Amino acid sequence: MDKVIIAENLSLSYKEFETIISKATFSIDSGDFVFITGASGSGKSTLLKSFYGAIEPRQGNLSVGGVKMNRISTSKLNFLRRHIGIIFQDYKLIKEWTIEKNVMLPLIISGYTGDVSGAQVQKLLGHVKLTHQAGKYPPELSGGEQQRVAMARALAHNPILILADEPTGNLDDYSSSVIWSLLEGANTQLKTTVIVVTHHIPEGLKVPYKHYHIEFGNINEIS
Amino acid sequence: MKSLKNHISLIIALFTVLASVQIYVAVDRTIAAYESHLKNDYSVIVVANKAFTPQEFTAMSSMIERSEPISTEQVLERLKGEMSEKNLALLKLTLPKFYRIYLNRFPTPNEINNLQKKLQKNTAIERVEGFSQTHDTVYKLMLLFKDVVQVFSIAIAAVTSLLILKEMRLWQFQHAERMNIMALFGAPVWLRSAVLFRLAIVDAIIATLILCFAFFIIDYYGVLTLPLKEIGINVQLFNFVNDALRSLAISLGISIALTFTIVMFHSEEE
Repeated sequence: MDKVIIAENLSLSYKEFETIISKATFSIDSGDFVFITGASGSGKSTLLKSFYGAIEPRQGNLSVGGVKMNRISTSKLNFLRRHIGIIFQDYKLIKEWTIEKNVMLPLIISGYTGDVSGAQVQKLLGHVKLTHQAGKYPPELSGGEQQRVAMARALAHNPILILADEPTGNLDDYSSSVIWSLLEGANTQLKTTVIVVTHHIPEGLKVPYKHYHIEFGNINEIS
Repeated sequence: MKSLKNHISLIIALFTVLASVQIYVAVDRTIAAYESHLKNDYSVIVVANKAFTPQEFTAMSSMIERSEPISTEQVLERLKGEMSEKNLALLKLTLPKFYRIYLNRFPTPNEINNLQKKLQKNTAIERVEGFSQTHDTVYKLMLLFKDVVQVFSIAIAAVTSLLILKEMRLWQFQHAERMNIMALFGAPVWLRSAVLFRLAIVDAIIATLILCFAFFIIDYYGVLTLPLKEIGINVQLFNFVNDALRSLAISLGISIALTFTIVMFHSEEE
């Protein structure tokens, strides 16, 4: 099975003497559903950031989708990010754009034409039950609805990898269940690799998953 | 409303830079027209003990455009009653020849001195009067005025450019969130900053249009051209094709360069 992420002796830190992840070696297979847990400040979000190139490895090697993340060039990083879908706890939607245009963002960046992207956006808005909100702006939606928009955006360009940072942290039960079922659907039907950083693994998941726990800078595989 | 305020701030700043450049150009044109006006009025007087042809004078210096003899008849006419015909005829024979020499441009004080020396090398020329004292004062005043306008324009352009840079920094902060989100999905720099460039280009065009309109009004109502005409200076303060194109180029150049600078210095949020 292809490896989507390979980390060898990976160390991450923001400052030179403040190591957050220390000499971690692990790999994530293509099509895996992975949870990364840990206490607040343990470094789980930092690890996720390293997967999309927002932080560079201090030591060791990291490869994502076959792309080496050490001293990665801007053009290579942009290319990689066009194949990744990211979901944040604070949604990160563009406030001045309509919901429809927000979902369309990865397709605009990838250069899809209006017809193709329009049809794809309508389909995804249907999946997240927000077709009727397409013309509205993010501040007009509830937190749960905004996260569903972010979910639709993360799936719009059929990414090989979805990274989710506390995707249901602030959500109501209904929105949480929509998010989890979409993540499960992407993993089972599209074989997309899903990596979720969370405090709690939800109960009743239908997909098999791997669980990594971060403690004192070390990453341990639990199941 | 906030965005409109930002637009207006940038447009006013760009307009100020363009206006200062245009004022400098207009002053330069006025001074050139005034120099030409002075050139027509200015002449050097030559006193010689033999007759010279116009060709002989033009051969002496490339600055000499033409020459004309100054008639002595009027002076002799006045003396007719006081002197005998014989003495008058004798005086007419011994009287030197006077010439007025016109130049092809308004000379600098050095050029006048050099011309005087050149002419005086000819032994038949007894005296050359360049009226250098009067010439010097006018010329120096003109240069002083030109320098003051130039310094003033440069100072305005420099201060306003700093204001534009600050304004664009504000834009950057306003658009930083959107640029960061686009970066997370792999948007190249040009796509992330397309909005900034679009705004900068639109504002540059608006500032140029306002400048053209303002100078059209000034020209149309003769606010400056009429007083200048009264002192004999005919000058076109705003040339619609050349000046509008130059202003557009300056305006676009400044706004695009500054946008490019802030885009390049934008660091992605971790």
